[in-house]
Amino acid sequence: MQYEARIEVTQRPGVLDPQGATVERALPALGYRNVRDVQIGKCIRLVVDAPDRDTARGDVETMCERLLANPVIEAYDIELTELASSG
Amino acid sequence: MSARVAVVVFPGTNCELDVAGAVEQLGGTADLVFHTETSLHGAGAVVIPGGFAHGDYLRTGALARFSPVMAAVEQHAAAGGAVVGICNGFQILTEAALLPGALQKNAGLKFLCRTVECRVETARSVLSGRAEVGRVLRLPINHFEGAYTCDPATLDRLQAEDRVVLRYLDNPNGSLDDIAGISNTAGNVVGLMPHPERASHALLGSADGVVLLESLLAAAGAGSVAA
Repeated sequence: MQYEARIEVTQRPGVLDPQGATVERALPALGYRNVRDVQIGKCIRLVVDAPDRDTARGDVETMCERLLANPVIEAYDIELTELASSG
Repeated sequence: MSARVAVVVFPGTNCELDVAGAVEQLGGTADLVFHTETSLHGAGAVVIPGGFAHGDYLRTGALARFSPVMAAVEQHAAAGGAVVGICNGFQILTEAALLPGALQKNAGLKFLCRTVECRVETARSVLSGRAEVGRVLRLPINHFEGAYTCDPATLDRLQAEDRVVLRYLDNPNGSLDDIAGISNTAGNVVGLMPHPERASHALLGSADGVVLLESLLAAAGAGSVAA
């Protein structure tokens, strides 16, 4: 099976996010005074081959722990979608 | 025999010749070791110099950590050998978990390139063994991701175990507790954001980095650990 994983990597709560803070200060300058809690992270998309959904998720979690995120300062969220088989 | 220092070179490293030049000016021998190598040529100390290893892709230091040479660096560190990461090298050492914490984007979101004042906080690390505690050194910084951060328990441990090596007098980047450099528990692995090699001669504007590099050479000569 093929699964598409969309991984959202953000700063862990309590870790300073200077980019988010800067954008949060910039938006009111454009007239948006109703914005708060701006967070900036990154989105990683990949396709993984795995026999089933649990294995796919397990693989992606390991990738996040080992490389895609730095657990010291970052949190990650995985969204897994089964890709329709082309056969 | 002069102290031998291995200077690790990743694709994107750009301070290796500065480090090698400073080491040789002080009477040491510097070997450039490419990231694909698996041996440190029997050097007594390793320096991971500054730059943009592997383009800093994904996160600074994240990809460099998996280079073949890092296994040899980890082995050298575990055997008590001296390991120093400067700037990008500090970021690589935290990603490799040889040092705790992480380096984040500077609080002001500006790339900082200037000379700053740092106070020597301990003489129990391989980079500060010959430095006088309390002495203020003028050292250049040159980074975008230099704000040191760690969880409160780690910070407590760093303080209690005398592992903060250098502190900024006037914090330029939002670093936690004004930290400019730290060591591991044993003091043989050190990471710092300022560049001592760029302050190694009066012609460069400061020779204050010499005492740090001399400390490292003394440590390198004392223990030639890994082959």
